Amino acid sequence: MSRANIALNRFGYGVRIGGEAPRNPRQYLLRQLDVFDPAPRVLAGRTDNSAKPGEIIDALRRNRRERRMQTTDAGESMDSMANGSAPQRSGRRRRQLTGFPPEVQRAYLGAGRTLREDIGLRTNLAVASRTPLVERLVHFWSNHFSVSAQKPGTHYQVADHEFFAIRPHVLGKFSDMLKAAVLHPAMLLYLDQFQSVGPNSPFQERRREREAPSGRERGLNENLAREIFELHTTGVDGGYSQVDITEFARALTGWTIQGLRRVERRSVPQPNGAAFVAYAHEPGSRQIMGRAYRDNNAGQARAVLNDLATHPATARFVATKLARHFAGDTPPPALVTRLEEDFLRTGGDLASLTRTLIDAPEVWSEGPVKYRQPFEWLVAALRITGVDNLNARVLADALNELGQAPWRAPSPAGYDDLEGSWAGPDALFRRVELAERLASNARADDIMNRAQTAFPGALTDNTRTWLSRAESGAQALGLLLVSPEMMRR
Amino acid sequence: MTMDLNRRMLLGSSLALGTASLALPRIALAQGVGEKNLLFVMLRGAADGMAMAAPLGDPSYEALRGATLSEYEGARRANGFFAIHPAFEQVGMAFEAGEALLVHAAATSYRERSHFDGQNMLETGATQPYAKSDGWLNRLAGMMLERDGEDAGRALAISATMPLALRGAAPASSYAPNNLPEASNEFKARVGLLYGEDQQLGELWSQALETQAMANMGGGDDGIRSLRDAHATGELTASLMRGRDGARIAMVELGGWDTHANQLSRFRRNARALDTLLGAYRDGLGAEWANTMVVVVTEFGRTVRFNGTNGTDHGTGSAAMVMGGAVKGGRVIADWPGLRENDLFEARDLKPTIALESVLSGAIAEHMALDPELTMTQLFPGRSGQALSGIVRS
Repeated sequence: MSRANIALNRFGYGVRIGGEAPRNPRQYLLRQLDVFDPAPRVLAGRTDNSAKPGEIIDALRRNRRERRMQTTDAGESMDSMANGSAPQRSGRRRRQLTGFPPEVQRAYLGAGRTLREDIGLRTNLAVASRTPLVERLVHFWSNHFSVSAQKPGTHYQVADHEFFAIRPHVLGKFSDMLKAAVLHPAMLLYLDQFQSVGPNSPFQERRREREAPSGRERGLNENLAREIFELHTTGVDGGYSQVDITEFARALTGWTIQGLRRVERRSVPQPNGAAFVAYAHEPGSRQIMGRAYRDNNAGQARAVLNDLATHPATARFVATKLARHFAGDTPPPALVTRLEEDFLRTGGDLASLTRTLIDAPEVWSEGPVKYRQPFEWLVAALRITGVDNLNARVLADALNELGQAPWRAPSPAGYDDLEGSWAGPDALFRRVELAERLASNARADDIMNRAQTAFPGALTDNTRTWLSRAESGAQALGLLLVSPEMMRR
Repeated sequence: MTMDLNRRMLLGSSLALGTASLALPRIALAQGVGEKNLLFVMLRGAADGMAMAAPLGDPSYEALRGATLSEYEGARRANGFFAIHPAFEQVGMAFEAGEALLVHAAATSYRERSHFDGQNMLETGATQPYAKSDGWLNRLAGMMLERDGEDAGRALAISATMPLALRGAAPASSYAPNNLPEASNEFKARVGLLYGEDQQLGELWSQALETQAMANMGGGDDGIRSLRDAHATGELTASLMRGRDGARIAMVELGGWDTHANQLSRFRRNARALDTLLGAYRDGLGAEWANTMVVVVTEFGRTVRFNGTNGTDHGTGSAAMVMGGAVKGGRVIADWPGLRENDLFEARDLKPTIALESVLSGAIAEHMALDPELTMTQLFPGRSGQALSGIVRS
């Protein structure tokens, strides 16, 4: 496998139609770090939806209270809305909405459309990109800090999370990305942090005065704290305990989203639409993984995050994931160690880690080392067919059928990065179905040359033979899209 | 049935961890091969066993979960002690008909609280997360293949991708309906030729074609476009397992059980979907239900107390279900640990007293007429416990 092929496919999203194989693969990759655009104009032009989640949640809470007073059954269907899956296209969702206030109906129906349009934006950015390595990094980190459009309000925020909390930091400091990503409204909503309240906070004291004692510690939700340790920083074997999780959950109390009516008066806006409400924050200093954190309100959780970001276990965990993504499902130990040392030496400088990857012989090994995930495969297929600016609905549906809709990972661990998760019979069948359809609507000339350019020095005789025997250009293109060269990198 | 509500009550027979050795090895003989269906249903996200079957008979229940009591008004009682969640209408009827049983306070040997590690252990059957790369259901398919040869039948995941439990050396396929336009026969034939020299893609492709042919033959795909519809998924699964050419082993996954907030309504909705799926599956199998076993499990349970956001957090012991035409149902298998502060695991979770691995291997060995000891060591190696017995009617 040539170095040009590795630079294009293992590091990137494949060649664009009309593009060439890079003459100096290493320079081609390094240059991308200099010319990457962290804030493309199409993203700046998005509608600002940051107020939507607060509006939706308030409307739902209001409605739930009202309905609880009427019948329990209606309350139930309200709840299923509040926690429901993505708004569906079918009339069923529309019927379920009957009886809800118009603003809730609008918010729900608009949520699905916003999510689709954002999926279109993300995909088309990658299809057209001149810095595909860095786009890959954006998607890698977005998956590392996975948020999923499932709970009310999240549909409006998941793309915002990637565009404004992840993208600007992929060549910056890990600690900045960590803070931006986990304290973003999408994450605060997704992992239940926005409603976590300090058990001894003034907010809770007042609640206790009004309500009968229930004998349990109310208010705290440890979901986000646990997943930050396990999935975002140290990894599950990072040496933290259940006590550390609870302490960290206490430090995180007060972090919520903007626009929640019952705390709005006391809410201090934070970056990216988050808010801090000292009134709901657990007072006191905290002990986490052997370190003490004094109570300085919003700064307390930030201080914990700063330490977690540079913890040796985090360096190891991040190094392993990066190596797995670029060098193979079983990451080469020497590469992991070099990335880890780089991380510790630079305090988590992600540009430096990327350069270490580019200079790693392990990543330039004779391939292929990875089975392409569905999103990767579709982007590469669209780049080579020259179909760009495909309609957002078509893209969202296709990615859904392929099993990897953006921002819809089944768990906070994000989509799996192992071959076994993607190389399934039915999943392959779906790629074949989609490939024939894509090819029938694309430019189908010059397929042999395009195949040579797409896989410089790596096109097998077998693939060449079956492409040349195809009965039409469209058929040859379809076969190229599902060829072994295209499925793996 | 009269129940003794002592703390260490023992429901069922010889099923507690400590007394498993009393179980007599029972090897069913003289059964035809390749006739038994097994459906493995995995609830991802840690389903709350205490909500599935609420231990209302435990004196501590009300203090811990008083707010849930109204949920169980008029619910079916199991052995007088538990209340089966009312959303389990089909399961409840099967329970009354003696075709479904519940196992309570059960868990795998995993004692931490990460979904991902917990699911990994439940699917691989290993004693440590990530210690094995193949799944126990695949190893079971291998055992059946070894015993029955061609008659063993196929193993199938109702999913677009292969879940870990079914990954491994034995052939297995995956299938889920989709919205994509079907590829032309001409194109499919050429894809087959293109993959002729590629072992991995060639195998995946031929498995995909076989399953497609089966789905078209079974007619189960009519009008189904995704697995979101629980009833349609149940019917589809049944249609792919019917008849001699149907799959013998299948797996279905249901997510959404990680109820950190607003648990009551979310659990109710999930339980209803599971119940609908199981009912549709049973109806779809018709007479073959008599030869079918369904096991429903989850990676771990949830905290016995509710958290500050009307939900529950990651816990340990949970519940499981076994259903089927030959299951000795109508009972709850439990060595109830109790719910007082000192009874709980780490003062927060339902303490597991039954090993899920013993339940799974016992149920499967009896159903498939395999040697229980061999089944246990093949599917869940490295455990000290034994396969449970007495799950299937003798």
